[in-house]
Amino acid sequence: MAGEIKTAETFVEKPKTLAALQEEIASGSVKASDLASSYYDRIAAVNPHLNIYLSLTKDRAMAQAERVDAMAVKGDPLPPLAGVPVGIKDVLVMKGAPATAGSRILEGYHPPYDATAVARLEAAGAVLLGKLNCDEFAMGSSNENSGYGPVRNPVDPERVPGGSSGGSAAAVAANMAVATLGTDTGGSIRQPASFCGVVGVLPTYGRVSRYGLIAFASSLDRVGPFAGNVRDAAALLSVIAGRDEKDATSSPAPVPDFATQSDKPAEGLRIGVPGEYFAEGLDPEVRAAIEKGIDALKAAGCAVKRVSLPHTKYAIPTYYLVATAEASANLARFDGVRYGYRSKASETLGSMYRHSRDEAFGAEVKRRILLGTYALSAGYYDAYYGKAQQVRRLLAEEFLRAFADVDAIVTPTSPVPAFKLGEKTGDPLSMYLADIYTVTASLAGICGVSVPCGNTSAGLPVGMQVLAAHFNEGTAFRVARAIEAAQL
Amino acid sequence: MAVKVTLNDVQRVAELAHLELSAEETPRMVGDLNAILDYVAELNELDTTGVAPLAQISELEGAGGSGWLRLDAVQPSLDRAVVMPEAPETDGAFFKVPKVIER
Repeated sequence: MAGEIKTAETFVEKPKTLAALQEEIASGSVKASDLASSYYDRIAAVNPHLNIYLSLTKDRAMAQAERVDAMAVKGDPLPPLAGVPVGIKDVLVMKGAPATAGSRILEGYHPPYDATAVARLEAAGAVLLGKLNCDEFAMGSSNENSGYGPVRNPVDPERVPGGSSGGSAAAVAANMAVATLGTDTGGSIRQPASFCGVVGVLPTYGRVSRYGLIAFASSLDRVGPFAGNVRDAAALLSVIAGRDEKDATSSPAPVPDFATQSDKPAEGLRIGVPGEYFAEGLDPEVRAAIEKGIDALKAAGCAVKRVSLPHTKYAIPTYYLVATAEASANLARFDGVRYGYRSKASETLGSMYRHSRDEAFGAEVKRRILLGTYALSAGYYDAYYGKAQQVRRLLAEEFLRAFADVDAIVTPTSPVPAFKLGEKTGDPLSMYLADIYTVTASLAGICGVSVPCGNTSAGLPVGMQVLAAHFNEGTAFRVARAIEAAQL
Repeated sequence: MAVKVTLNDVQRVAELAHLELSAEETPRMVGDLNAILDYVAELNELDTTGVAPLAQISELEGAGGSGWLRLDAVQPSLDRAVVMPEAPETDGAFFKVPKVIER
């Protein structure tokens, strides 16, 4: 990445590519167990500054690394992610490891099974280093809602890493993992990827199994990868994607080799630029960086044209009604009975539920549960939740119409670069508005990538969001590769 | 849609959601909910007459959309012995809770 980072103290370090690691491990020049140890050393040195990992899964990681080393010594063919150190957002469960979802209500919980995406990574040879900090139940855009303290941005520790998958983005930016898994409900992979200067993928709704994901809003939640470059993120998606019997919403669509698809030049692709994403509220430096990116796409042989997505301004209200309604139902299960936190101040079952939830949920989670419960309650359902579902259809259909004319749509990922810790915590609505460019694709179920697209004059990363139609991740990767190749 | 949320409304919704809000939390939530609901009232500008609600986007995804279910056959599930130790209070076979009848 070009562009000087001008902050006094930075923890930015670029991970090696998968291709380089594969070569080193297969040839025996690097042992997977030494690589894992070196990552644990770096985590020990950097984590006290950035609060990225919530827990480490060293025994499991070292056992896997030793299996990989034994295979390499024998000369066995190695799986695609053999020995690659990865981190997992702490909303995905790993057997026997703590799973907090960033919430105090799950303190002490050790789930007895693996999430499918996690199991698939490990089956492909990945070494699972540990669990990554995030906003409580993935609700937030800055990671400041974690019950375990905020993550700090490796580019500038005075700034937020974005959210909710702040730990997942920051871990890759600081080379505390080669790649990570995050989740995206309204922008929670793409926005932190843009704030930390890494690649984050929003797969099509249904592309990746959510089995073992602690649910936030089930019609929106998706699992996706972060990596230091587009091709590696594409390779990770191929590993975790595909039908899973344990998730009825997972898609039977065939999973292509996304990394190979991403190798195809972007030349000839039709790129749409929606005016609605370049209006009031867009930081001028972010706009300038994205415009340079669009010029780079033209130079790469893409046909750039204007598209119109006039319902964009209704996306935030629609999203917050749908997401909070679903969250109020999903979070009803946290009641102090079967796992996690139980209040001591409980004389009856009802008071145990209420006190356990009040003492252990953070303010934002309570706010969203209240909003969602209100929007679903008798007398308000049609006006709020019903209305939002209707507008959701209009927003989704608008994208489908646009994709009849263009292969991909490019926008800024976020209207602003990473903001300072504490800057938006006093006003929940201003924090919600930070998601303005990402919630639309979430509601429509389409796929996308956030790819680094230059820096501001202060050295803060800017991300370009590349969106493509359902199950067209390969197209989004091709466009993102062209942006990456331009070295903005 | 631009209905004002009152202290009573928040208390009623908190009860529905099994949340015990503190005396300081309740007025703050009244303010926050009103600000958010004022903002979402923007949706009223749109005429959505005749638009079918979209509950799941898989219906828009064509052949790639999900919607098939696994066979309805008995399969092994998690062993009770690994599940029960996660409970705050258990006798090994059941979850123990405070008395159920109140008020």
